[in-house]
Amino acid sequence: MTTTRAARKTSFTSKASNYLDERTSISGAVSFLGRKIFPDHWSFMLGEVALYSFIAILISGVFLTFFFDPSMTHVTYEGSYVPLKGIGMSVAYHTALDISFEIRGGLLMRQVHHWAALLFVASIGLHMLRVFFTGAFRKPREINWVIGFLLFVLAMAEGFTGYSLPDDVLSGNGLAIINGMVKGIPIVGTWISYFLFGGLFPGTEIIPRLYSLHIMLLPAILIVVLGIHLVLIVVNKHTQFAGPGKTNKNVVGSPIMPTFAAKAGGFFFLVFGTIMLIASIFTINPIWNYGPYDPSPVSAGTQPDWYIGFADGALRLVPPGWETEWFGLTFTWAIIIPIIVMVGFLMLVAFYPFIEQWITGDKREHHLSDRPRNNPTRTAIGAAGVVFYAVMWAAASSDLMATHFHVNVFHVIYVLQAALIFGPIITYFITKRVALALQKKDREIVLHGYESGRIVRRPGGEYIEVHEPLDEYERYRLVTFETYEPTKERPNAQGRISAGVKIRGALSRWFFEDRITPVTQSELEASKHDH
Amino acid sequence: MTAQHDADATPQEHAVETVDRGSAVTQSDSFSDPGLPPHKPRQTDIHPAKEKRAERQVFLWFLLSMAGSVFAIFAYFAFPITEEDFGSVRINNLLLGLGLSLGLLGIGFGAVHWARQLMSDVEISEDRHPTHGSEQTRARAVEIFKLGDEESGFTRRSLIRNSLIGALALFPLPAVFMFRDLAPKQDAVEAISQTPWETGTRLAIDPTGTPIKASDVTIGSAFHVIPETLDSHAHDFLDQKALSVVLLVRMPEEQLHETEERKGWSYNGIVAYSKICTHVGCPVALYEQHTHHLLCPCHQSTFDVSDGAKVVFGPAARPLPQLPIAVDDEGYLVAQRDFTEPIGPSFWERLDHIDDEHPESSARTEDRA
Repeated sequence: MTTTRAARKTSFTSKASNYLDERTSISGAVSFLGRKIFPDHWSFMLGEVALYSFIAILISGVFLTFFFDPSMTHVTYEGSYVPLKGIGMSVAYHTALDISFEIRGGLLMRQVHHWAALLFVASIGLHMLRVFFTGAFRKPREINWVIGFLLFVLAMAEGFTGYSLPDDVLSGNGLAIINGMVKGIPIVGTWISYFLFGGLFPGTEIIPRLYSLHIMLLPAILIVVLGIHLVLIVVNKHTQFAGPGKTNKNVVGSPIMPTFAAKAGGFFFLVFGTIMLIASIFTINPIWNYGPYDPSPVSAGTQPDWYIGFADGALRLVPPGWETEWFGLTFTWAIIIPIIVMVGFLMLVAFYPFIEQWITGDKREHHLSDRPRNNPTRTAIGAAGVVFYAVMWAAASSDLMATHFHVNVFHVIYVLQAALIFGPIITYFITKRVALALQKKDREIVLHGYESGRIVRRPGGEYIEVHEPLDEYERYRLVTFETYEPTKERPNAQGRISAGVKIRGALSRWFFEDRITPVTQSELEASKHDH
Repeated sequence: MTAQHDADATPQEHAVETVDRGSAVTQSDSFSDPGLPPHKPRQTDIHPAKEKRAERQVFLWFLLSMAGSVFAIFAYFAFPITEEDFGSVRINNLLLGLGLSLGLLGIGFGAVHWARQLMSDVEISEDRHPTHGSEQTRARAVEIFKLGDEESGFTRRSLIRNSLIGALALFPLPAVFMFRDLAPKQDAVEAISQTPWETGTRLAIDPTGTPIKASDVTIGSAFHVIPETLDSHAHDFLDQKALSVVLLVRMPEEQLHETEERKGWSYNGIVAYSKICTHVGCPVALYEQHTHHLLCPCHQSTFDVSDGAKVVFGPAARPLPQLPIAVDDEGYLVAQRDFTEPIGPSFWERLDHIDDEHPESSARTEDRA
């Protein structure tokens, strides 16, 4: 004891820690967080990828702001990229070219920024899927799900505003489409477009305005919301998969100091390093090929960044003639319907936790992640949603699919239109059946053991494969999950069954009518006696 | 297989649980938790030699990282960008990027390897507690709110409370109005409903601005067209161009199906249509000569130029507006007038701006088609 105290007096670190603690009380934070436990599973890294790619975006983005100028002043290009010499363009496009061709590492940072942005939205999407399919959005994490959803929307908004900044033909066409979509909104659309673009499209205001949003307002909101997201993760602690020793009342894993910090910190460098590697090898958004924005030219096969694809695809899937004129006013259904479908889809995603809780009526805290098979209806709904999104997304490449596979682009659209409606339905049923079948398989393994691959010939000449029983740990992993049963529609005090109760009862039946319960001890005993 | 469970089974150890379980099934004889499996030591825990090797590997990663970062600085100076040489940009991008990547990945692999092989991997269990605060802190929070209310009289003094709410509701309103000047004072609908095309404006080639002689337009050819006067719009050149771009094609007159009202709108089989798609406003740039179809590359709306540019496929709902053309004394193609309807995507007030002199020629085209 005396030796440690003596050591504490002399070592520089302890002196510095002491100095800091006397002024900030930081030892409280260290003792609260230092040995906090984080469970380990590969799927828990998806959120980390999102966080780390966001940091890569911030770092590369700050570099770019030092050189980019969003001004729409008209200039003539005199830079070192020969094919564009003497061509008139905006300062925004000129500086974007200068970053690529005059500044060492400028192109690299542009590509890091773009690749990291693509990865950012992608990892948020995968992270959301992980949370959805494992039911990690249940109480007490519903609010954090909604906050995460906000981050997803903010990330897409950041992506789109950034995509529009270089003022090349592609980004300008993206804005033209936004202008067309906004104008299709009833009553206010024309004026919203007018305010957005500061007059006529394209005007000279939109890019400086998007720049303010892209580098100031949206990142500020994003960082605040991200901060709340992370604080709530600490407050709620991480979920874990059920297993031996892993219950709803504990969290099993490694402590922040040192293991988790080393793994997560190292993982940040791996993510950033991978983005850097991709950016140094693969070109992204070669704006010099497209030329400055001009409302007249457009190249075939133009596509938005992947995360806007679903919106672009939704527009493409509309059949001809969806517009009506009533009372001298124009209702552009070709725009309104896709917007309603997309917003409706996103709202379902955002509020799903509350819907599911209403159906189950379960108000307890859930800290154990479900294996997707153990909640077949939820998994099937999720899979159907993925297909619905994927069809819209694929539709954004309808022309490229047509040219690459030598089929008629009209036929591609017809097939995708059908797939948009039938794909999710078919997927729903297949997924649900597969999940139930996997659950049956689990029961089979628990009750009769796993196949050992050892074939034995019985004295009677019969061949059998020897099944080995599971050890108690592996068995516990397969039997520890909860099931729900359909709620009984009970009458209220007046003796009536209200409409809400009926709807809830119907939804509950839909969710839990087909279900498989975990093996119980008595069942296992009974199966042993069979043999 | 699907076991039925009695919902009213006695909740054994959950008797104390007061939170609503909803329709969750209570298992009566479920398996008990065997607890964490015994810890399996890693190779590096057992063999000092392997531990030493892992340590060397981690060191090597960090060493590689340092080498990468130093190489990045070297590459920055050794492979500069030279004027007008695209190759030098690529080399700079590649080598600087590879150096930086190695610098980052080396740290990443080293740290993760260190954590996985050398740091303790014994699983530690930490208890969870209900997310809500303890009964004590909750009671204290309620008390604080009550005290706040009592001491301020927030509930009691309803007059000043409500007037505060009123003031708070009103104060952001001026900010909303201050955004009016995001756009010019001119009426939005007026602004987007007129184009630079006027009676007698010559059709010129985009982007050079050379006027087009009718005699130069051969059968089967297509021209991207702007008004010759477009250059006079110095400050809003792109805006006006976005309104006025036109696609001009010539086809054999017998292949051209024209309605009675538009008989005089073409010249010798030459027709001109707005190039801005009526769907969401992309330039409709892909012309297929032998079908006379005009395809929008953005969302594949397809228009039949030989038949009033009516929609044959895709999400667009209306034909492209037609520019009535004629030929002037010198043989140049000119506009007879502006479009008779607003060009581009539909908007709410669109029908207010359809030229009454040509009611049949505009919005109702779809009915005829």
